[in-house]
Amino acid sequence: MGPLLEIRNLSAGYESTMILHNINLTVNPLDFIGVIGPNGGGKTTLLKTILGLLVPMSGKIVFDESMNFNGSYRIGYLPQMSHIDRKFPISVFDVVRSGLMSRSRIFSKYSTAENERANFILSEMGIYPIRDKAIGELSGGQIQRTLLCRALVNEPKLLILDEPNTYVDNRFERELYEKLKLLNEKLAILLVSHDLGTISTYVKSFACVNGSLHYHPGNELTPELLQAYECPIQIISHGEIPHTVLYNHHS
Amino acid sequence: MENLLGLFDFGFFRNAFLAALLASITCGIIGTYIVSRRMVFISGGITHASFGGIGMGYYFGFDPILGAVVFGIISALGVEFFTKKADLREDSAIAMLWSLGMAIGIIFIFLTPGYAPNLMSYLFGNILTVSKADLIFMFLLSLIIIGFFAAFYRMILFVSFDEEFALTNNVPVRLFNAILISLVALTIVVNIRVVGIILVISLLTIPQAIANLFTKQFYPMLIASIFSGFIGSMIGLVLSYHYDIPSGAAIIFTLVVLYGLLKSFFLIRIKYSIKSRK
Repeated sequence: MGPLLEIRNLSAGYESTMILHNINLTVNPLDFIGVIGPNGGGKTTLLKTILGLLVPMSGKIVFDESMNFNGSYRIGYLPQMSHIDRKFPISVFDVVRSGLMSRSRIFSKYSTAENERANFILSEMGIYPIRDKAIGELSGGQIQRTLLCRALVNEPKLLILDEPNTYVDNRFERELYEKLKLLNEKLAILLVSHDLGTISTYVKSFACVNGSLHYHPGNELTPELLQAYECPIQIISHGEIPHTVLYNHHS
Repeated sequence: MENLLGLFDFGFFRNAFLAALLASITCGIIGTYIVSRRMVFISGGITHASFGGIGMGYYFGFDPILGAVVFGIISALGVEFFTKKADLREDSAIAMLWSLGMAIGIIFIFLTPGYAPNLMSYLFGNILTVSKADLIFMFLLSLIIIGFFAAFYRMILFVSFDEEFALTNNVPVRLFNAILISLVALTIVVNIRVVGIILVISLLTIPQAIANLFTKQFYPMLIASIFSGFIGSMIGLVLSYHYDIPSGAAIIFTLVVLYGLLKSFFLIRIKYSIKSRK
């Protein structure tokens, strides 16, 4: 099977400011790519361009035919949680079903098969019991799970997650990554994160985005490599006591 | 009670009753949409911008409400356009349209020779003088809104909840937004006859605040808003007739008192249940 999508000589940004300069990236089935880089480096711009929210300034993204789905692509998207209005009056079940909407599917009625699909994914994520609750009544972890269900309900071939570890407690964070590992047996994942230390145990490769894009096969990244990739980010490692590792002193 | 039923012998009261019912339906549905999507400020902008159309109606001699409809819809679509294309901050764009509409209205009413009849009824509304034509207009709008929400309920809900996600699914988000904001403008203008420019925003938000005390979901909130809006306007209407006070103000006052009473009831109940748990 060929690649799911190929980004070719892509430049993108907003209005007059170009953020991504002439980047290339290939996403193959069952890839698990950690997208890292400093703030303002273009991680979000990259996601938005792949999702079709931004039109490329030049270059293009070529999707495999198997990615086509009802006028859009088989991509599941989990946005940053700060993006969601938690007071919005909507139930968990409806949020999940919203993952099924498409251009050819705009009327209110849902088929039994569609509802069953939503129920199935809810049970799989372990939140079927809170199906009828309003999202305003949920914890951060439960909302995150709900949004993950929404991203998965359409059986995507590529799952894109934008900093899923913010606003979530440690316990759910680990559960989420374990879940992603399982999902990766069936679909490709693009994971944007600041937490290089944690995700390096899960991802298979890295894309360092800072205006340019450097692809790094393998999940080990050293400070030297990051420097070579022009990707100055902090490495966070976890221990019993929160600590910061500083650079060696040079004499 | 007999006295109250006797009121229905008056034609104007029957009209007022129907107006209250139709206003509750349109404001209950559209208001729930506005509140959920946090569009109260833009709705205030549309309301006041429509005054420009009323002023022009006076000056050029056409129906002021017609002018208000045109101004309302243009300003509604204008805010969308300016914030997306002209890179203007949304709240600044709204404030500008808000005051521009008022300014145009004031200038044209000033230029109109002689006295402007019924001007007060546009500012403060009067449900007791609603005409048959107004009622027909309100009825048609209710049908359109009910029909649109019934057919596209889920899409409206999903697009409102997460516009960006809807865009990634290639759903016609812009079209839905444009239709909905036009329905918001129409609802506002039609209900100006009932409670006036100054108070119409309350009819779109207080019933929803009351409904929100009971439910945190869209559809139940919509239904509860219609009910609480209707109860509030009927009580206000009777009070207005009985004490001979302006109907718009009486309706809004009743709704706020109703909200205050229910909110205190809920607070006391929560306090009590915490105590009894100890």
